[in-house]
Amino acid sequence: MAISLKVNGQTRSVEADPAKPLLWALREDLDMVGTKFGCGAGLCGACTVHIDGNPARACQTPIGEAQGMAITTIEAVAKSDAGKRISDAWVKLDVPQCGYCQAGQIMSATALLATTPDPSDEDIDAAMMGNLCRCSTYVRIRAAIKDAARAGAKA
Amino acid sequence: MNAPILSRRRFLSASLVAGGGLLFDLNIPLAGAAEGAPQILTAFVRILPDNRVIIGAKNAEIGQGAKTMLPMLIAEELDVDWAQVTIEQTHADQKIFGGQTAGGSRTTPREWLPTRKAGAAARAMLVAAAAQIWGVAPATLKTGSGKVSDPASGKSISYAALAAAAAQQPAPDPATLTLKDPRDFRIIGQSIGGVDTPAIVAGKPLFGIDFKLPGMLYAVLETCPAFGGTFKSANLDEVKALPGVAHVLTIKGDGTPESLFDGVAILSTSWWSANQAREALKVEWDMGAVSGFSTEGYAAQAAQRLKGKADGDIVRAGDVDAAFAAAAKTVSAEYDYPFLAHGTLEPQNCTALFKDGAIEIWAPTQNPESGRGLVAKALNLPPDKIRINFTRIGGGFGRRLMNDYMVQAAAIAAQLPGVPVKLLFSRQQDMQRDFYRPAGWHGFRAALDKTGKLTAFHDHFVTFGKDGKPVRSAEMPATEIPAGLIDTVLLEQSFLATNMPTGWLRAPGSNALAFVTQAFLDEVAQAAGKDLPTLMLELLGEPRDLPRGPNAPPFVTGRARGVIEKVVAMSGWADRGQLPKGRGKGFAFYYSHMGYFAEVLEVALVDGMPKVATVWVAGDVGSQIINPMNALHQAQGSVIEGLGQALAGQKITQVAGAVEQANFDTHPLQRIPDTPQIIVEFVKTDYPPTGMGEPALPPVIPALVNALHAATGKRIRTLPIVPEMFA
Repeated sequence: MAISLKVNGQTRSVEADPAKPLLWALREDLDMVGTKFGCGAGLCGACTVHIDGNPARACQTPIGEAQGMAITTIEAVAKSDAGKRISDAWVKLDVPQCGYCQAGQIMSATALLATTPDPSDEDIDAAMMGNLCRCSTYVRIRAAIKDAARAGAKA
Repeated sequence: MNAPILSRRRFLSASLVAGGGLLFDLNIPLAGAAEGAPQILTAFVRILPDNRVIIGAKNAEIGQGAKTMLPMLIAEELDVDWAQVTIEQTHADQKIFGGQTAGGSRTTPREWLPTRKAGAAARAMLVAAAAQIWGVAPATLKTGSGKVSDPASGKSISYAALAAAAAQQPAPDPATLTLKDPRDFRIIGQSIGGVDTPAIVAGKPLFGIDFKLPGMLYAVLETCPAFGGTFKSANLDEVKALPGVAHVLTIKGDGTPESLFDGVAILSTSWWSANQAREALKVEWDMGAVSGFSTEGYAAQAAQRLKGKADGDIVRAGDVDAAFAAAAKTVSAEYDYPFLAHGTLEPQNCTALFKDGAIEIWAPTQNPESGRGLVAKALNLPPDKIRINFTRIGGGFGRRLMNDYMVQAAAIAAQLPGVPVKLLFSRQQDMQRDFYRPAGWHGFRAALDKTGKLTAFHDHFVTFGKDGKPVRSAEMPATEIPAGLIDTVLLEQSFLATNMPTGWLRAPGSNALAFVTQAFLDEVAQAAGKDLPTLMLELLGEPRDLPRGPNAPPFVTGRARGVIEKVVAMSGWADRGQLPKGRGKGFAFYYSHMGYFAEVLEVALVDGMPKVATVWVAGDVGSQIINPMNALHQAQGSVIEGLGQALAGQKITQVAGAVEQANFDTHPLQRIPDTPQIIVEFVKTDYPPTGMGEPALPPVIPALVNALHAATGKRIRTLPIVPEMFA
């Protein structure tokens, strides 16, 4: 059946089972492969997107339930002020190693910065602990979030 | 300065390939190149008409930084600005590109000279072309920023303008090429970000899983949960009738994990649909004898074997029995560690298109040529009918040195000529169809004389083997320290049978052997009334070279001493007695992948589990850190990964021949709150640069358990560490 999704400000129609996870609708039906499949069980955070501004695991979100909600993915995250600062900091500090988890990391970090402009280490731990990085880029993830926060304070 | 770690033959072969591009032995058409088309100078370098330089990155990028590092070497010697450079991943063809395996931290030592020479050869031809045009001697000309200039006349000409003339120059003899003096490096030694970082941050398709072809079908492949089980029957028709299912195919395996097990492939235009359909698939497997293997069984057998005589010697030197009989003091302990999965965050996948008797493959592989051989065998195809394209890789860690997913994708695609097929593992399949870091058990004994000197060392290693040989990644080298440093040593081994496929996990062998040997030597040091750095420095003795076989550089005791002394100074080791009660520091040294690493770690128990505060890392990987930022990142990642192996609860267990763990809840990784402060310093020595992908990992595990002993008095001899150990 046709499901209407609002992705990155555009309304897109997907012909699929309403139970299909948003992750796979994005990757297969909408050809947006920036959102990554890692575990399929909400354990790794690689598929993190924003739904109505909140970080959500796209592998655990059936498209039937995401209808009408505002979905933001890595492909458009840099359009927001927080997302731009996070993305810039990620490049500046060269956060990625293999890079596979980083879309999810950036989405979680952006959601944190949007609500907490000057996050403490504890805030960062709480917001980011659902996102695994197999290469263990955590030192730079922490540093990049702080860098992005400083960039916001200056602006 | 020592000779580079390349045999002459290997170097010549690599330089022939590198130089071959310049010599046009590869028949690259240049004279007929269309107007505005790139002028191909070597297999690695193209110079565009606007003086941009395309440099081919020939090794797979798994997060180790090779895609940035290798072009840095070329750009440096070609003498162009990094801003001029665009990097393109090459495809896999060792006949053109030479070695393309990304593993063993070997890329840096293998490529340091040949890849720079490729750049230097291109530069020499450009200079020769300019010299010819201007009628001056090449030696009088200078290069820089992609231009040749003549200081005498003030003339200058861009590389682009010279490309066609340069292509007509005779290729220089690689042996006569002069490489830059390191003092003149402008790119090597600079911190340069990953070439794909902006694309990663923007969510661009880069990885194997992202690759798509028109009309592509997604495949899931079901195999027997117990490794080696064979297909009997399945409800294939029922699954075929499910919505969205395009094909259901049986795959006949050859029974080897490296290639193909029997399986059932389900194909759909959606991977999610194919995987949903898999839940309805009911297969009857013939388990044969493989269902008899279990973790419990291995542990019981290992305990039994440690009590008895070993199957054979790894190395026996001196009179071990006499030394123990004469000892003033002996120390003994048993250590063990579990199987581990790789858990690359990008699950195994591969895309394949079989058409007209040839196959094209898009694979996240660390080891393409091995895959080519396996596919050729499985499909009965000539190797030149197989084209392998690299994708960026969402984590390697040694998992993708194996090419099982490539053979499987190829076998499925071969049944559907003309249809592109992407095989993708679910996370459960990825965790349950790995090539695991093998478990192991060690029974150690050490003899001390009355002065506290280590006089004999004995390790009975119970590992997995077949036909009297260890299985992949289950071996212990005869040079395992303290072997080679004392006169009386016995390293011996016994083999257990298993159906578990085993393989290389980052710092293979070393990630386990460092733990057991450096932790036991910490026990020995304490029994001798000294600390481990002191014992290690005594064992290392005077600076000297200890041979490590024909294909490896010698172990240089002076380099080991250098990093030990460095980390002792960095970490305030001498003042560790002043730490508050409940905090402790531990030390370990390990040499692996040509890298010398000594680490100190500070830890305390928080809520009953170890919390690592700081890790100090001193490393010696030679004379030059090529990309300092990436070297630091590799060291940080190695340290946290090692801590994860010890602390996160990683342990693969087997029941009835099958792996129990299915996801990151039962085989966890470190998470961000577990990140300690990591301080890394390099000791530069006059040896050729070596790799950073692995050698910082092994010492962190023994440093941790040694620190935990200092902090709590508890000696950890089993991994993973669990709260009950401190109860």
